[in-house]
Amino acid sequence: MGIPYSYSFRNLWTRRLTTVLTASGMGLVVFVFAATLMLTEGLQKTLVQTGSSDNVVLLRKSSNSEVQSAVERDQASLLESQPEIAVGADGEPLLAKELVVLINLKKRVGDKPSNVIIRGIDPASLKLRPAVRLKEGRMPRPGSAEVVAGESVARRFKGCGLGETLRFGMRDWRVVGVFDAGATGFSSEIWGDRDQMMQAFRRPVYSSIIFRLRDTTAFDAYKARIESDPRLTVEAKRETRYYLDQSEAMAKFLRILGLVLTVVFSIGAVIGATITMYAAVANRVTEIGTLRALGFQRKSILSAFIVEALLLGLCGGVLGLFAASFMQLITISTMNWASFSELAFSFTLNVSIVWKSLLFSAVMGLVGGVLPAFRASRMKIVEALRAT
Amino acid sequence: MAEASEPIVRIRNLSKAYRRGAQIIPVLTGINFDIARGEFVALMGPSGSGKSTLLNLIAGIDSADEGSIQVADVEITTLGESDLASWRAGSVGFIFQFYNLIPVLTAFENVELPLLLTHLNRRERREHVEAVLDVVGLADRMDHYPSQLSGGQQQRVAIARAIVTDPEILVADEPTGDLDRVSAEEILQLMDRLVREFGKTVVMVTHDPRAAEKAHIIRHLEKGELSVT
Ligand SMILES: Nc1ncnc2c1ncn2[C@@H]1O[C@H](COP(=O)(O)OP(=O)(O)OP(=O)(O)O)[C@@H](O)[C@H]1O
Ligand SMILES: [Mg+2]
Repeated sequence: MGIPYSYSFRNLWTRRLTTVLTASGMGLVVFVFAATLMLTEGLQKTLVQTGSSDNVVLLRKSSNSEVQSAVERDQASLLESQPEIAVGADGEPLLAKELVVLINLKKRVGDKPSNVIIRGIDPASLKLRPAVRLKEGRMPRPGSAEVVAGESVARRFKGCGLGETLRFGMRDWRVVGVFDAGATGFSSEIWGDRDQMMQAFRRPVYSSIIFRLRDTTAFDAYKARIESDPRLTVEAKRETRYYLDQSEAMAKFLRILGLVLTVVFSIGAVIGATITMYAAVANRVTEIGTLRALGFQRKSILSAFIVEALLLGLCGGVLGLFAASFMQLITISTMNWASFSELAFSFTLNVSIVWKSLLFSAVMGLVGGVLPAFRASRMKIVEALRAT
Repeated sequence: MAEASEPIVRIRNLSKAYRRGAQIIPVLTGINFDIARGEFVALMGPSGSGKSTLLNLIAGIDSADEGSIQVADVEITTLGESDLASWRAGSVGFIFQFYNLIPVLTAFENVELPLLLTHLNRRERREHVEAVLDVVGLADRMDHYPSQLSGGQQQRVAIARAIVTDPEILVADEPTGDLDRVSAEEILQLMDRLVREFGKTVVMVTHDPRAAEKAHIIRHLEKGELSVT
């Protein structure tokens, strides 16, 4: 048995002010680390929840998003008559040919313009997205210049609230409803009648086709057949996959940003921990000499100080996570880089982020404590005892 | 007993010098010194004469340049760093001038510390610690931290820590150097009792003639050499 952990812990407790100050420095880094992970997690969760795994999105080959895609009318009618498409309670196929266009709208606060997705929908569109629920007002009447706005758009953009009027595609559109789409990306969209939209934007082709699979396991065979059909130039993706792919660029950016910030900050925090631990060693030279005289091995001294540094790091980790947990209350909106439209999402904390942050803080403590711990373990006993 | 005549400490031709730059300062030159089991030896001599150095060599915390030191038939000058530490844990009890208790540990935990290096379980450790704290008369203070104890009490805790593993030999470097007369007297009586009642062997460095009186044998160290009084 070596030196008990309580020895390391009590030494930290005895100099609590220094401990808290040093741990706060590390806590700040853990906060940044955790916050970027939470941001990435929130973004991906939002986008993945937007999709449903038995829905299939058909886009023109090699277009990354619906905005860039175009599906010709003759291809659409061929795609509409495939046997894999599920049929709704009303006997109609659960398939929607949609138009997706980006428009520029001004925000209520600050007048800043930002891109918003306009989606021209079919009657089946709503049934294909169970997360989308009308919250206020009603759905647009087919053939009319009416739209419904996602909650997040309605709240944050001028002219998008219930009863307000929007101008785009050289026409005025009345907002007759607001829908709630939970934590999905649809909250940041405006929906209206597809044929009206195609006229207004003078688009002869659809952007995408979405349908529900009759049997979700049939996807691979369906995809292979459709993509090898010489008459078709489309690509099939599960809706979940589609949205996940969309978030990849942004998630990557956030991860790199987080990494850079974390690395830069952690250098400072590790130096702080090193200084604190060197001071701890210097203050306890006689004590170290005594422990060695009593027969404790060098490695016991080494591990006692390493444990102390690890605990110090973990204190920082707990402080940082505590602060980061409050970030969950914040919703932020950012550019969805794949479609260049606005997307609202929140910081999301999960168990994996908690573990990663604690591990990270322990590693910082370890790195900061290694040199001081080595110094402590290599002291000459007689010289250490003479230091009284 | 055959053992009684066998010295517990057997020092032959021991030399030690310190190097300060190019200058070599000889501290001990060819010391020969035997200590019998159950003896109470006082080492005296002027400041800087090498008393502490000799004591540290016997205790295995410093290394000799030349010569041999045997403690209970173990030649300690040839032991490596790690073996020496294990040897100290089982064979030497330390008593320091400034007690050297660990401030963040209670009296009980300080005394228990050397036992963490043995195979004793928690219950056995507790029994040993309570027994030695009883010997030094501080059983009622075992949950106190060093800062809550007087100097004399701290030194008694330190003595309990030194004897808890039942070592071959106790080394004490000016154990009363930081104490008032009354406390010093108590500590000396305690050490005397350890020798008489428990048959311990004690080597004590001291400046204080009153302290040296308690010892059976007083040796003087001067100019690197040892003389008998
Ligand atoms: N690390 C060292 N480097 C150089 N010289 C040293 C070192 N340690 C001790 N010395 C010298 O060795 C000599 C003996 O020192 P030591 O501590 O053994 O003396 P001492 O008899 O215990 O003295 P005191 O009564 O003052 O405690 C002294 O001259 C001291 O200066
Ligand atoms: Mg000395």
